Amino acid sequence: MKKTYTFRLRKLILLALTCYAIHASAQNDSLMNTKSTDSAKTRLNMDAIYNRPFLVSNKLPVALGGYIEANTQYSGTDGVTEGFSFQMRRLTLFMSSTIAKNIKFLTEIEFEEGTKEINIEFCAADFQFNPLLVFRGGIIMNPIGAYNQNHDGPRWDFIDRPLTATGIIPTTLSNVGAGLHGKYFMHNWIMGYEFYLTNGFDDKVIDNEEGRTSLGAGKSNADKFDVSNSGTPMYTGKVAIRNRQFGEIGISYMRGIYNKFRADGLKIDDKRYATVLAADFNTSLLKNKLNITGEFARVMVDVPSTYTQQYGSKQWGAYTDVIYTLVKRKMLGWNSAQLNVGLRGELVDYNEGVFTETSTNIGDEFWALVPCLAFRPSGTTVIRFNYRFEGATDLFGNPPSRTNTIQLGISSYF
Amino acid sequence: MILNSLFAQNKKMKNKLAFTGILILFVIIFNACEKFLPSAPEADSVMDAPIDGLTYEQNKLFLEGAEEFDEVYTTETGLGPLFVSTSCGSCHAGDNRGHPFTALTRFGQSDTTGNKFLDFGAPQIQHRALPGFVGETIPNGATSSKFLAPIASGVGFLELVSDEDILAMSDPLDQNGDGISGVPNWNTIPGWVKPFKDAKVKNGKYICRFGRKGATYNLHQQVAGAFNNDMGITTTFLPNNPFNYLTGTQPAPPSEPEITDASVNGVVFYLQTLQAPIQRNMDDEEVMKGKAVFKSIGCENCHKETLKTGPSPLKGLNQVEFHPYTDLLLHDMGAELNDSYTEGSALASEWRTTPLWGLGLSADAQGGKVFLLHDGRAHSISEAIQYHGGEGDKSRKNFTDLTESDRNALIKFLESL
Ligand code: HEC
Ligand code: HEC
Repeated sequence: MKKTYTFRLRKLILLALTCYAIHASAQNDSLMNTKSTDSAKTRLNMDAIYNRPFLVSNKLPVALGGYIEANTQYSGTDGVTEGFSFQMRRLTLFMSSTIAKNIKFLTEIEFEEGTKEINIEFCAADFQFNPLLVFRGGIIMNPIGAYNQNHDGPRWDFIDRPLTATGIIPTTLSNVGAGLHGKYFMHNWIMGYEFYLTNGFDDKVIDNEEGRTSLGAGKSNADKFDVSNSGTPMYTGKVAIRNRQFGEIGISYMRGIYNKFRADGLKIDDKRYATVLAADFNTSLLKNKLNITGEFARVMVDVPSTYTQQYGSKQWGAYTDVIYTLVKRKMLGWNSAQLNVGLRGELVDYNEGVFTETSTNIGDEFWALVPCLAFRPSGTTVIRFNYRFEGATDLFGNPPSRTNTIQLGISSYF
Repeated sequence: MILNSLFAQNKKMKNKLAFTGILILFVIIFNACEKFLPSAPEADSVMDAPIDGLTYEQNKLFLEGAEEFDEVYTTETGLGPLFVSTSCGSCHAGDNRGHPFTALTRFGQSDTTGNKFLDFGAPQIQHRALPGFVGETIPNGATSSKFLAPIASGVGFLELVSDEDILAMSDPLDQNGDGISGVPNWNTIPGWVKPFKDAKVKNGKYICRFGRKGATYNLHQQVAGAFNNDMGITTTFLPNNPFNYLTGTQPAPPSEPEITDASVNGVVFYLQTLQAPIQRNMDDEEVMKGKAVFKSIGCENCHKETLKTGPSPLKGLNQVEFHPYTDLLLHDMGAELNDSYTEGSALASEWRTTPLWGLGLSADAQGGKVFLLHDGRAHSISEAIQYHGGEGDKSRKNFTDLTESDRNALIKFLESL
């Protein structure tokens, strides 16, 4: 009995400290000015990388920024729980500078789970000849779907990224490459396009310990910034259109050979492609009180016929977030604080189709419902509470395992 | 009034109170977390727990073995190049019966004189292959049979049934005149398989008990064989990769075995200490009636309800009775179940009596449908019984002649297993 009480007390103190620390820092006058971003209404998802709060000082030629994501988690599957954990999901630093007129540079470096994974997620220069014609080269985020481009923790009221944007499209997906992007404005409309050639995935897409087709497993090749595994480029293209009143819709497509099919000039395998088609949308209704965001993605992968159907040749995922702002006013001393409630629904089928042997459906399906409550002291900081209900079937479609996860976390730009 | 103005005076105070209130709310929620998590399935609806009475150390070993059992192997960790499936768990989902997707094909032996197709990679086809390799097909002129994975739960108990007990159940000349003979599979065992202390030996052959034809001696042989033949993974026991006669390539074995002896032993320990399936609704009247029918129409002559283990250093396995509904013997099941393929001293029409435990939970492991008998050809329990010929013919007739209520009770009993 006594032990649980001291444990509770410790938890209480820890929580209080974390929260008061945020509270305090938000009230501290910053040494540098934060250059806030303008209304998202005139922006597309493709602008997300520049549309962030940066710290600028008159003495420094660069603007600095970053964000953190951390949370507590308590989760259990079918009566088995690994207990309670604190998770430091990621620390991301970004730096940008205007090198010369119409030449911009930005880099984003991410530390995941402490220093377990350190990635350069973005590191590219933009040369603008015309708003319709900007050349970008370096390590760039493949513009597939919207979440991949617009994944900063503080923007979301949910702690976990949607499975469509992790298991189907492996956020953050970035590769070395180059290409063009541009925008066109007309009255209430903005249209944008992006087209890049980059290095692609590797053979692990269909040969990995997850035991399922996974673009995520095929993106981690340590050599990928140096060589394209297949020796051929991957194409990614996206068009998006936004109306200031109605919202944004984007369609994107990505295709490339993922396997090593020749070595020293000799053919060692057939060429096999991975193709992704994605659609995304977001809209704000009821005077911005109701925000709806969603994405659909479909992956098609060439799998050799004598390999195993455990690795599916088709998969898809979709999610929708609905966020409603309950109150937006001065709260607890913050001038434009906001309290949101929301719900995320998601569905993923990692392996579409039927078994050749039985003509019965191949399982490996997931679904989740995530209610959330989020308090935003300011637009750039969020304290969020999520309660995640998840179900998953195995390859054969046997009765699903059920997982519930309770999470309380913070995410903030700094 | 006074209170109100006090609060108005000190808005900051109010803020902090609200703030602390929210905090306390979250702490309460987190402390009550367990109540918000999904509950465990009933113990008798799953079969992946360890036997009772393991020490902490043994629990850890069990968990390591379980992890290995479910590990999906890849090129990097030794899979293939030729294989049938990528993990033990993919064929033995939930430790119960396997799905036709992971069925394997054996070929090349049609009588007791041995396998004539060893040069063609017999006895097992690895029809799947890593990208860039070619899977095998059955060579011309070879007979073959498809095998679905039998239930893995409870095999630790089956391994410990003494040879003496098995021989006692066998009746090769049908001296009791019940139409059922039942013989063990006397088979040669490889040098790296250590026979048990009180093993019976006949002409250098041992009583084998695992597999559809009962041709495998013990769990160690089963596991090392599965790694090699089912997944193309080499061990110190079986250091060569399966080869493809079609392309004539047997990839040179890696200089080191692809997995360690410790991993093999871990999986063996997992299987040995894996629980047996638990019967459900034992005391239900209809179930009890069905059980009586099961015995009266002669099913139990092969599907023996109770066996006992010999001595074991593990308390939970030491000389205990258990209820697998098998005699671990081979029976001639007639022409319909004769695939013209066999192993060891079994005839092509002979099969080891399938343990019936876990039968009622098969659908939860086989994707909602059931696939019974060695190759999954039966899609219901009654259909499986209807395939019983040869020594099983009499009990099949008895089953057909049952009144509807007796038949329903029997099925209900079988579903409770
Ligand atoms: C390709 C599917 C497949 C894979 C992979 C596989 N098994 Fe099996 N397993 C089978 C089949 C089929 C049998 C029956 C074999 C026979 O009749 O000889 C079997 C038999 C067994 C048995 C004997 C059960 C009995 O009652 O006779 C055990 C124990 C076992 N497997 C454990 C394992 C372990 C451990 C692994 C992983 C190292 C494994 N299996 C991998 C399909 C598989
Ligand atoms: C002569 C021995 C014998 C008798 C008697 C017998 N069985 Fe069987 N039974 C077997 C054998 C051997 C198999 C496996 C055949 C195969 O896999 O092709 C089997 C398989 C089964 C299976 C399929 C199990 C599975 O998991 O695939 C069921 C169900 C079954 N028997 C029920 C019965 C019932 C009920 C009776 C009584 C009416 C009965 N058996 C009588 C020997 C017998």
